[in-house]
Amino acid sequence: MNPNSVSGAMQTQSPKPTSYVFQIENLSVYYGSNPAVKNVSLKVPARQITAFIGPSGCGKSTVLRCFNRTNDLIPGARVEGKLTYHGKDLYAADVDPVSVRRHIGMVFQKPNPFPKSIYDNVAYGPRVLGMKVDLDEVVETSLKRAALWDEVKDKLKESGQSLSGGQQQRLCIARALAVQPDVILMDEPCSALDPISTRRIEELMKELEQDYTIIIVTHNMQQASRVSDMTAFFSVELVGSNRVGELVEFDKTEVIFNNPSKEATRDYVEGRFG
Amino acid sequence: MTSAARDFESSQDINIEKKMDSSRILDVGFVRLTLVLSIFAGILLILVILQTTEAALPAIQQFGLEFLVTSRWNPVENIFGVLPQIYGTLMTSLVALVFAVPLGIGTAIFLTEDFAPKWITVPIGFAIELIVAIPSVVLGLWGIFVLIPAVRPIFRAINESMKWFPLFGGPAPRGPSLLIVSLVLSIMICPIIASITRSTFESLPRNLRDGALALGATRWETILTVMIPAGLSGIVSSIMLAMGRALGETMVAAMISGNANRINISLMQPGSTITGLIASQFGEAGRLQVSALMYAGVVLMILTLVVNVLAEIVIRRFQNLEQ
Ligand SMILES: Nc1ncnc2c1ncn2[C@@H]1O[C@H](COP(=O)(O)OP(=O)(O)OP(=O)(O)O)[C@@H](O)[C@H]1O
Ligand SMILES: [Mg+2]
Repeated sequence: MNPNSVSGAMQTQSPKPTSYVFQIENLSVYYGSNPAVKNVSLKVPARQITAFIGPSGCGKSTVLRCFNRTNDLIPGARVEGKLTYHGKDLYAADVDPVSVRRHIGMVFQKPNPFPKSIYDNVAYGPRVLGMKVDLDEVVETSLKRAALWDEVKDKLKESGQSLSGGQQQRLCIARALAVQPDVILMDEPCSALDPISTRRIEELMKELEQDYTIIIVTHNMQQASRVSDMTAFFSVELVGSNRVGELVEFDKTEVIFNNPSKEATRDYVEGRFG
Repeated sequence: MTSAARDFESSQDINIEKKMDSSRILDVGFVRLTLVLSIFAGILLILVILQTTEAALPAIQQFGLEFLVTSRWNPVENIFGVLPQIYGTLMTSLVALVFAVPLGIGTAIFLTEDFAPKWITVPIGFAIELIVAIPSVVLGLWGIFVLIPAVRPIFRAINESMKWFPLFGGPAPRGPSLLIVSLVLSIMICPIIASITRSTFESLPRNLRDGALALGATRWETILTVMIPAGLSGIVSSIMLAMGRALGETMVAAMISGNANRINISLMQPGSTITGLIASQFGEAGRLQVSALMYAGVVLMILTLVVNVLAEIVIRRFQNLEQ
């Protein structure tokens, strides 16, 4: 949305609209000495929705966590290969992971509102980042964008944890939007939600796509085919006794779902996996 | 599903009536047993309070509420008052908390927030739990023979440079003092705060922290703005528990407070606490003096009760805030 406000080490002053937000080359992630995913290469286009699909344990979340460097927080995790964000190496020595996360928001599989009021949940990011904004306004617009405003506008003082699961997840999305990120990462955001809430979040993603780059991990094939523009299919391979994840195919969503070039992809999207 | 097919046509098959089988007897027996035990505990508490008050009655009748504001303890003239001891009890506990709260919370944060690898945090955590097991009389001895000589130069320097400040004033500090008691008390109660706060932090969902970090908060911002508020009720209860322990601690107070029977605002000077007073005097006390000591005991119980009730109110407050 505003990569020109990028500060510190993440100086990407030129608002040159790179058509690719992220470019990954030969990315491998290790937990301890075991590789979890190997040799992933892909390009994430700007202002589009990219979906990651694949069987459990193939490393979708692992790759997703590389984009905002939350893998750094896991003891023993190590990243190899190249990952650029607007052309800048995300894992360069002079990059501050904290300021990376200011630009790349994340929504988790399990809703995780803070034990604070709804208002304070949304205002948390702007406050902690010291953003000079009108908080009331930010809270309202963020909640509106997350399609939650009408349900909570009369109880902003109530705890965010008193909401239903679906409302909590939308609150977490609003919380992520409040800091005006450039990219939003979503790790199975609908896995704990009912079909109606899921539908609302999908609609929301389509709307957000105008301004944000979104990467979503999902186990729901229909969801991937409904919302995403690009789809990456990951799979696991047995190397010795290790299960190592790999990127099998990455293409436009129509291609992945209708005319994939790999047999494994076709089997998976048609539900003939394993 | 042929033989195992559930055929509920005849209602005998469905068994939901009360039965007196062995597990039920055990169940009922257990409930009654715990009921009896808990009533017994309650009666015991009431008995102790009643009998102490009864024994304190002569002193209560003689001195009334003046007991609380009199700062003389004179067995020869039979004049008794516990103002210095109330001051000493409250001050030592409070000052001990001032040291122990940041130390305990800081330790808990260090042990839970991935600041150091497991092979460092596990032994440290274990050592902290072990401090609780040190008998207070040993800590008292340590206070007399190690801590007092060690901190004397520091105390003197503080006293020297800040004489104008009442809490540090008075003649050059020599040995026992209220501040020494506070220091040893803080060593005793810090592990309580650290271990309860630590388990509070450990019980908080991990994704709470990840949520804050993912928004671009630094590690410290995450701890200060998410983890500590989320664990506040646990932290507050740990502080209250520690405070209770400090108020009631006897051995350390009797050994290193100096047992001075006059009121002394300065923490650098000898003082005394209610517990220390009782422990050091009951042996050779006369009739009215025993009664006065009982009265002091009642005062201590009321003090502890008030602190606990206040604590309960504070905790409720925080819990409401969280919901
Ligand atoms: N924190 C961790 N420590 C050690 N190993 C991990 C960790 N997180 C993931 N792994 C390993 O990395 C591999 C990939 O895990 P990941 O969570 O990325 O899979 P996933 O594709 O997201 O699966 P799912 O669809 O079930 O969420 C797994 O084999 C897992 O055991
Ligand atoms: Mg996952």
